Amino acid sequence: MSAIWTTLLGLGDKLAAHVLLSAAAIALGIAVALPLAVWASRSEPVARATLGFASLVQTIPALALLALFFPILLSLRAVFGEGLPTLGFLPALLALALYALLPILRNAVTAQVNLDPGVIEAAHGVGMTFWQRLRLVEAPLTAPYIMAGIRTAAVWTIGAATLATTIGQPSLGDPIFAGLQTQNWVLVLAGCIASAGLALVADALLGLIEKGLATRRRMLTFGGLAAVLLGILAALTVQFGDRGGDRIIIGAKGFSEQYILARLIGQQLEAAGYGVEYRDGLGSAVAHQAVSTGAIDVLVDYTGTIWTNQMERSDNPDRETMLAEIAAWETRTSGTHVLGRLGFENAYGLAMPRAAAEAGGFASIGDLAGRAQAMTIGGDPEFFERPEWIAVREAYGLRFAARRNFSPTFMYNALTSGESDVIGAYTSDGRIAADDLVILDDPEGAFPNYDAIILLAPQTGTDDALVAALEPLIGAIGVEAMREANYSVDRTEDKLSFERAAQRLAERIGQ
Amino acid sequence: MSGDPPALVEFSNVRKSYGPTLAVAGVSLAVGDGEFVALVGASGSGKSTLLKTVNRLIDPTAGAVRFAGDNVEGLPLAALRRQIGYVFQSVGLFPHMTVGENIAIGPRLVGERLAGERIARLLELVDLEPEMADRLPDELSGGQRQRVGVARALANEPRLLLMDEPFGALDPITRDALGDRVRALHGEFGLTTVMVTHDMAEALLLADRVLVMDAGKVVADETPHALLSGAGGAIAQGLVAVPRAQADRLAELAR
Repeated sequence: MSAIWTTLLGLGDKLAAHVLLSAAAIALGIAVALPLAVWASRSEPVARATLGFASLVQTIPALALLALFFPILLSLRAVFGEGLPTLGFLPALLALALYALLPILRNAVTAQVNLDPGVIEAAHGVGMTFWQRLRLVEAPLTAPYIMAGIRTAAVWTIGAATLATTIGQPSLGDPIFAGLQTQNWVLVLAGCIASAGLALVADALLGLIEKGLATRRRMLTFGGLAAVLLGILAALTVQFGDRGGDRIIIGAKGFSEQYILARLIGQQLEAAGYGVEYRDGLGSAVAHQAVSTGAIDVLVDYTGTIWTNQMERSDNPDRETMLAEIAAWETRTSGTHVLGRLGFENAYGLAMPRAAAEAGGFASIGDLAGRAQAMTIGGDPEFFERPEWIAVREAYGLRFAARRNFSPTFMYNALTSGESDVIGAYTSDGRIAADDLVILDDPEGAFPNYDAIILLAPQTGTDDALVAALEPLIGAIGVEAMREANYSVDRTEDKLSFERAAQRLAERIGQ
Repeated sequence: MSGDPPALVEFSNVRKSYGPTLAVAGVSLAVGDGEFVALVGASGSGKSTLLKTVNRLIDPTAGAVRFAGDNVEGLPLAALRRQIGYVFQSVGLFPHMTVGENIAIGPRLVGERLAGERIARLLELVDLEPEMADRLPDELSGGQRQRVGVARALANEPRLLLMDEPFGALDPITRDALGDRVRALHGEFGLTTVMVTHDMAEALLLADRVLVMDAGKVVADETPHALLSGAGGAIAQGLVAVPRAQADRLAELAR
């Protein structure tokens, strides 16, 4: 219990970010929904069209809606210029506001439609203008119902805002996603408790306002409103109060190694006097785009990933050639700096339990070819979409009976519990040794090289002091050191926090 | 009609159609200043539709309606309606406003504040206690609500009072009392009143002039006395026959 308390108390800035994101999204939702509702109440086709659109949006999974705003904003840069953020607050705000639209709009339109026709006739009869009718009659009579819609929207938005983590916006989703990666249930629980608690508080306060409006008790309405504003103000203070200058934003994809390396880089920069913050849990494609557009400053990426996914190459040169070509390509396309290799490789490889591999005589991927039809393969959510997997599948002619997606953490559990026979593992993962797994040979060389490299955003790369602070990490981290660090946060007993694991890693490599 | 009083409301060949249905099929007539006119007819005869063309709750498909000499089509909508008192069956009191606020709404729309004494006076005119001003409509009986409705219609000191089945939802005693009250106010303030009703007895007892409508046309235009003397044609006489027969039977029972 005390671990949860400690974690909860450390979530202040995430909570503040979460409050601000949710409040902004709901405010934007209200600002769009109310005029639409007035228009809809005057025109039947508009009512059908707007409600239809809002319902359609609601059917899109929140995670997908958030992700979709990345390419949408990217294409909008043609109109608004390169300064338009494609990650973080803006896409999260837009997606969540769209999500908040439906309950507000539906309640507002329904309330309008259900207004007593006699009251509306009287409003016309006494000679009210459009605005007088809206202000004196329709608004006060529909307010409690609209408030109920806002309440629903608030609860949904606060819940869905946890997903904003995946597009690089800090939120209470950060501890949930981080905890999920490492089976750190304390983190997951703390994130859930904080997010659910926030939703409950928001619901109660907005309920107070709703009750005040319905029973025409001003004290209740203004009291609730004041409490909500106070909460937002507090969040603003936390968010913007103690900011000392610009901070370096360090990105991390959604697995343990990335979280640890981000902290390692962060600690290195803090020692050099920089303020840092972290954008954790980014998707692979999103992360690379983020660093090349300057949405984040620093990212650890992998050569093979860039080679196959961003550059869309299918040949497989030696690692020196590959790194040189990547560096040239990054400079040419976006100006992103490749600082250099960290020293270890985190390749994709197909892994099996040693016992099963020996019993079945599996040594190389080629051995799977004839027998895969009876086997199940597991992979992380990206794995089966990646060109590397397609290349391997083609090279060896693999056809599996079934394939299943797991979060990277559960993937290893799936192998030990027998839910998968083979998984697409990461070679630097500490669990390979811990779970006694073997990586099948890749004689065809279908998986490319995956040297971990540090990428710096175009602007960030021109900061000599920052480059100097990170230089000592280049070539310093061997695969054994990385595996040990990864395992120290992934193991079920005696887990280390990412910060602690990063400190240990720094000690080990002599920093 | 004689044409003695100058016309306050004038219909010139007014027609209103809803798709293929003709609700008002060409009505031309004038309502003189100070007249109390009842529009009587079966439901669907077009009487309500005709009434609402005056304050433009309904715009005619063809023809013109004049109010005090001006074509209503050319008048600013809100301003026109504020000059005309409007009372209708479902009353339409604003449920979030007190009785006093409801009565004061007309002046408020043009930025005037109706004084407390004036609200009290208007309540008195419709036989309600001045203390009623602080109540919410939910706390009133149906009859009280319609009295407030009448007070609200009079607050702007209109020349013309339009009433659409004003007493239709009231119990007979309230209905009778409020009818008499309205008739008295009509005289007291020199109003011109047009009242739509399906109740011929009510029309005969309250109005100076009874217009009978059928299928969108005015089929009779008579004084109550003339109607009771058999004028106005078959449809009008059919409507008059009902209360007359009731009166005869009641007289018989009393003997």
